[in-house]
Amino acid sequence: MTGTLEASMNATTAAAIPVPAARAAAAPARHLLQVDNLSREFGGVLAIGDLSFTIQHGKIHSIIGPNGAGKTTLFNLITGVYKPSGGTILFDGATVSGLAPYKLAERGMSRTFQNLQIFFNMTALENVMVGRHLHLDRRLLPALLRFPSVRRKDAEARERAAELMREVGLGKYLDAHASSMPYGALKRLEIARALAAEPKLLLLDEPAAGLNATESREIDELIKHVAARGVTVILVEHDMKMVMGISDHILALNYGRKLAEGTPAEVGANPDVIAAYLGSMP
Amino acid sequence: MLINRNASLLLLAAIIALLPLALTNNFYLDVAILAGFNAVVCVGLNLLIGYAGQISLGHAGFFGIGAYASGVLVSTYKWPPVLALLTGAAVVGVLAFLLAKPILRLKGHYLAMATLGIGIIVSIILRTETGITGGPDGMMVDPFTLFGFELYGEKVWYWVVGAMLILAVWLSLNLIDSPVGRALRAVHGSEVAAEVVGVDTTSYKVMVFVLSAVFASVAGSLFAHYTGLITPAKADFFKSIELVTMVVFGGMASTFGAVVGAVILTLLPQVLTVFQDYQEMVLGAIMMLTMVFMPRGLLPTLEGLLTPRRRA
Repeated sequence: MTGTLEASMNATTAAAIPVPAARAAAAPARHLLQVDNLSREFGGVLAIGDLSFTIQHGKIHSIIGPNGAGKTTLFNLITGVYKPSGGTILFDGATVSGLAPYKLAERGMSRTFQNLQIFFNMTALENVMVGRHLHLDRRLLPALLRFPSVRRKDAEARERAAELMREVGLGKYLDAHASSMPYGALKRLEIARALAAEPKLLLLDEPAAGLNATESREIDELIKHVAARGVTVILVEHDMKMVMGISDHILALNYGRKLAEGTPAEVGANPDVIAAYLGSMP
Repeated sequence: MLINRNASLLLLAAIIALLPLALTNNFYLDVAILAGFNAVVCVGLNLLIGYAGQISLGHAGFFGIGAYASGVLVSTYKWPPVLALLTGAAVVGVLAFLLAKPILRLKGHYLAMATLGIGIIVSIILRTETGITGGPDGMMVDPFTLFGFELYGEKVWYWVVGAMLILAVWLSLNLIDSPVGRALRAVHGSEVAAEVVGVDTTSYKVMVFVLSAVFASVAGSLFAHYTGLITPAKADFFKSIELVTMVVFGGMASTFGAVVGAVILTLLPQVLTVFQDYQEMVLGAIMMLTMVFMPRGLLPTLEGLLTPRRRA
């Protein structure tokens, strides 16, 4: 099953969004994501200040920091939910800062939310099918008249969505309505929906929040599995055991600025990071 | 859904086909026809309110523009009725498109107020442009002719409206179960989540607003030909509220709910004649009671009672 998924993943990535001619000539982008001097203020308060970092292809990256460090704001800036006050974001070699979220989704970015954003007016399967939106026929007339092509593609999308649900461990919820599912399952449902879009970059905002230890470990495995499929993952998470265990690279923030960056061992040993979390020694 | 889409569509067709056996005189047929017109508008309005989660308190305005486009173009300028109907629909489509961009950025009360304004403006224009529209007294409309045949009498119009309703329901069911329909429902469920999987929420809101306005306009055009007399009252604020009440009462996000709501609330004043003097009051009471006791509306609530929700 995973084999076929990967094959079709590669097929769609190859035929992905047309690259502007000037860029096509240049070498492929070295970094999947490059953030330069990014800042965002809310009514004079700096939530993100002068932040620069890069994200490599195909790894698990984590963003950590105490409460209010600006992690979710950073996610919202990267995914276009907020517009930056300054600085630029390059995604896959093109400047994307200020683009609407749906435009970023077209370029291969998808995400989940810290406070669940589930379509509670649909079944679980339909939630994941909305994730296939960009891969389906989105014209009004064929939809109104139910062209055979629409019906066929819809059946395929249903099949793919069911596959994804099984892949993230939601096999027993295939017929469930989203409003009848428990919290832990909804967390996975968001991941399945985001994966359905076949993103190059997946941003997970606290996927383990509110889960017990067993569920947390399962999400762990799921994230590793997603990364193994070739999707680059950026993770915001408070569960330090999880972060240290699965990250290839960690970015630590405090008060909207970069505190430290590096491997889990480096960041974990960094005195500034320890001070930010535990308070500094007198 | 309790029964699948094709079966429910067949059921609707069967009811429409068999109903004339029970409707023994023209008065009953007339009520059924009026219910059918309202149902068509409500099916369209339900796409906007029930599925996409946006509100419109001005849809009677679009109904009125359709009605008066047909009235003026056919009776005054002697256009072929089909062309007048299509022109009305096109005008309403363009108008709705132009209005939608700025107003659908609004949410909740603000959106309600803006659409309310549209409806009021339309009805004021219809009332005051006496030279074109006949003013508050309304205007006579020539019958609908197609290929030399004239649609005349309740018996003929019953089948026309019945066919139009089946078509409207079919289109609505198709749309809802398609990528476009899921995107619309996603807009209702969570706009930000819809955006991050690639749904351009603004254009979908505009699209469904235009679509539902065109439904209303087409129904308005045919209604003008059927009654032969149109007045600005058909386009006013109270009519808009009535349409919204039908959708909410019948069941939001349920195509058949919209039909059931339209039929019941069209019948009610006819059945209880005492009710006619207090129509606004009773309508308000129905709206309030629906909101308090069955916020999902009649049909979804009944469905919920008949099929215990599956818990996985």
